Amino acid sequence: MEPTHEHSHMPDHDVAHHVNRHVKGYWMVGGLLAFCTGLTVAFSYVNFGSQKANIVVAMILATFKAGCVAAIFMHLKSEKWTIYRFLLITIVFALGLFLLTSLAFQDPIRLN
Amino acid sequence: MEIPYEVSARPDTGLYNAKIGIWLFLASEVMLFGGLFSGYVFLRIGAQPGYWPHGLLNVPVGMLNTLVLIASSVTVVLAWASLKMRQFTQYKIYMAITIACGLLFLIVKLTYEWPAKFHHFGVYIKKEALAKYEPYLGNSYLLAKGLAQRVEITGDLENPEAYNDPAVKEYDIRMDAVNAEPANPESDRPTFWPRPLSEKVAKIDKADVDYASMFFPRHSAYFGAYFLITGLHGLHVLGGLIVFTYFWLPVGADLYKRNPEHLANRIEVAGLFWHFVDLVWIFVFPLFYLL
Repeated sequence: MEPTHEHSHMPDHDVAHHVNRHVKGYWMVGGLLAFCTGLTVAFSYVNFGSQKANIVVAMILATFKAGCVAAIFMHLKSEKWTIYRFLLITIVFALGLFLLTSLAFQDPIRLN
Repeated sequence: MEIPYEVSARPDTGLYNAKIGIWLFLASEVMLFGGLFSGYVFLRIGAQPGYWPHGLLNVPVGMLNTLVLIASSVTVVLAWASLKMRQFTQYKIYMAITIACGLLFLIVKLTYEWPAKFHHFGVYIKKEALAKYEPYLGNSYLLAKGLAQRVEITGDLENPEAYNDPAVKEYDIRMDAVNAEPANPESDRPTFWPRPLSEKVAKIDKADVDYASMFFPRHSAYFGAYFLITGLHGLHVLGGLIVFTYFWLPVGADLYKRNPEHLANRIEVAGLFWHFVDLVWIFVFPLFYLL
């Protein structure tokens, strides 16, 4: 059965205080993400020496942005172990998927 | 009958049921989009020089959509925070902004970005005919600068009947700036602001064409991947919007009256899905629009 105290329309002061402390942070992360988007666009017009280098720079920025979304907006910064376990298994399988794709480049058969 | 752990956390996991459910679902989504991105990278690396399109998407519009999604991610987490603080009016405002952002994203995609592609046209020139179209391709200039060759001429098809009628022997293409001025250094790399279509019309003999298509998915592996991934992403945005709208309507108010924590949990779960949708776009934008 659900505990009845959760049906209150008055905020739990500890929870409300805890959430309220993070509100400013959400705005700041949003601003940081917007800034990084501008940076990604600007860097795409800079010649870092090769196309590969430009891709690496863009992917580093995208990974940083994705990390901010996951850690702050999705609360992964302070999540339960069950969720981390799910994600670890997912990462292993996703890396396996990328490995399978990369193995195609090791195929010795050349068609042209 | 009440379902156990619908609102309160299970003692063993410390999580309520829906949160476990959404994270398992998101894990499957990582594999889905991971597979598609993996395929995209494979196709791109395997493409011959000059055969992977560059600069065909509108960067300012893509950037606008990225900022719109980021804004919606902020407002959805603020909507959840408002519920935790029992500020229902604030929740309604933030959720309305989130829905407006999601709608704007879809409207831009479906009424501007995609239709603009469907009206654009490109022809891949046969290798043996590349020299004939040198004034539109500028390959000797590109070779001297150590850049990849051009094999495609793009623009608006002035004689649409040529698309399907074998009796018409030429394509009349009002060219993009990149083909109208192929030796202009501005054409070396894609520019941030799209350059306007030129007034020059090229007559391309069908016998010299390897392959011709509007910018449909069949145009190239690039557009195939673009429409597949952005289409699937768009469906996810639509799904999120349906859920948000449902909880923004009186259903949400009723649930809030019965148990505000229950609504907060529902919004948290829907928000996690929305953040994932944002996260996917964070990779789509540079991969398709910029690189």
